[in-house]
Amino acid sequence: MRQFKDNLLNGLLWLSAFLSVAVLVMIVGFIFYKGFGLISFDFIFGDYSPTGGGGILPMIVTTIYTIAISLIIATPIGILAAVYLQEYAKQGRLVKVIRFATESLTGIPSIIYGLFGAVFFVTTLKLGMSIIAASLTLTIIVLPVIIRTTEEALKTVPAAYREGSLALGNTKLQTLYKVILPSAMPGILSGIILSIGRIVGESAAIFLTAGTVAAMPESIFSSARTLTVHSYLVTQEAGDIELAAAIGIVLIVLILAINLSATFISKKLNKATNK
Amino acid sequence: MSIPTTNHTEKIGNANKRKYLLEKVSSKVFLICALLSVFTLLLIIGFVFYKGAHPFVAGGYSFVDFLLGTDWVPSEDKFGILPMIIASIYATIGALIIGVPIGLFTAIFLAEIASKRAAKIISPAIQLLAGIPSVLYGVFGLAIIVPFLQNTLGLVKGQSLIAVILVLAIMMLPTIVTVAETAIRAVPKTYREGSLALGVSQIGTIFRVVVPAAKSGILTAIVLGLGRAIGETMAVILVAGNSLIVPTSLTDSIRPLTTNIALEMGYAAGTHQEMLFATGIVLFSFILILNFVLARISAKGGN
Repeated sequence: MRQFKDNLLNGLLWLSAFLSVAVLVMIVGFIFYKGFGLISFDFIFGDYSPTGGGGILPMIVTTIYTIAISLIIATPIGILAAVYLQEYAKQGRLVKVIRFATESLTGIPSIIYGLFGAVFFVTTLKLGMSIIAASLTLTIIVLPVIIRTTEEALKTVPAAYREGSLALGNTKLQTLYKVILPSAMPGILSGIILSIGRIVGESAAIFLTAGTVAAMPESIFSSARTLTVHSYLVTQEAGDIELAAAIGIVLIVLILAINLSATFISKKLNKATNK
Repeated sequence: MSIPTTNHTEKIGNANKRKYLLEKVSSKVFLICALLSVFTLLLIIGFVFYKGAHPFVAGGYSFVDFLLGTDWVPSEDKFGILPMIIASIYATIGALIIGVPIGLFTAIFLAEIASKRAAKIISPAIQLLAGIPSVLYGVFGLAIIVPFLQNTLGLVKGQSLIAVILVLAIMMLPTIVTVAETAIRAVPKTYREGSLALGVSQIGTIFRVVVPAAKSGILTAIVLGLGRAIGETMAVILVAGNSLIVPTSLTDSIRPLTTNIALEMGYAAGTHQEMLFATGIVLFSFILILNFVLARISAKGGN
């Protein structure tokens, strides 16, 4: 009986693993199979044409804009916030409140961020449906990610580094930017790269704040589409699965590159600091 | 002789003063950055609740009718979201029933049974899939799962509750597998050795020693997967069908809470828009309750 139960469970383990791998291979396979025919130089670097054909350059540019703007704002704030929580704050009520807020922000679904962005950035601050409104919304979305990963990175810096630097007469601030931040850099960088992944994959919040204009954005105050929103819209409006899948290939390659560079950078920097 | 010395000390004194000032100012700047997340959270909650509560506080609408009403016809001033609440609950529970056991068993397989070489290839691949934009899962669902259901079940419309459940279950798999695998791998080797030495079989060891020891990490995996499922919007729109009915069967077309917001926010104004914020409050409350319940469970598990 026990033998039978063991065999049954063992079988279920193999079956589940097989199912997971099969389904995930199927998804990636499907996207590449469906979309590969459309991939060409003109597709990636060509301007969009509303009559069909045309490329996805405007969506790539919009995606890059959103990444750049939200990181420029979220990275310094996130790092300094983490520095406060790890290096400066007395562990007490205030830190608990800040941690609770940061954790709660992580759990909020992106459609709620979208609602907030649509009424606060788009309407109240009068930014209109625009790249800047979407980027500010994305800033709030990635802020907790950067804070948490930076905190983890700061935790790994040995206390001896701090003590050594302070003993040499450095002030707290000097210790921070000469000793602590450089040695926490690999962790901080992988946090930033994780955030890029999050921004690239986001759709609902951008859909409600950047709008759906399919053209090369004139400025960051124009409404525009990111890659994910474009992929959604061509599926929903035109049922163009092949185009959606081709955009999917670009997205997957992008995510792959982001992940690989994260691994590469943290390995490289880890080596450098361990020397 | 004495004059330059005073000057010198004065200079040092000034430099020190500046240093201290800089220290003081910078620590305040750090504090402000940290408080910014508290501030944005309050701002988000404030805005969503203010907008969403307005029709009930000032407009004379009944919140109970809003929650329990089955008709959503904005043009006729009818705002009932019961069908969407039920659709969201069914879709999430369904995805959990399918996604959690498969994801968990896959994680156990990778951590305990698979050869090192196989795990080294499969685990990073699954990790990568957790980062794929969720829209693509929706595209896959619409192109493959929906026609498949249509053909095998003979449905008029393949977009249905079951399609949503399958897409969400697939979407949560990578998250659950990755987080649970890490938790299982973190269980000390001595636990396994002790159990095996007592004559317990490998499978028995896994399910009676290793999995219980990794309980809190596994719960986190489930929470993260659940969070992704309940908040997912764009992928769900593509496969849900958007019918405003209380679903009574797996093949009914549905409209969950999230998709209601995304579909109508673009053109809604006035009370209609405020009702979408109220829909957001309901979604928000779900997630808060969920987090609270799971925090309680994991706190108990920790003891």
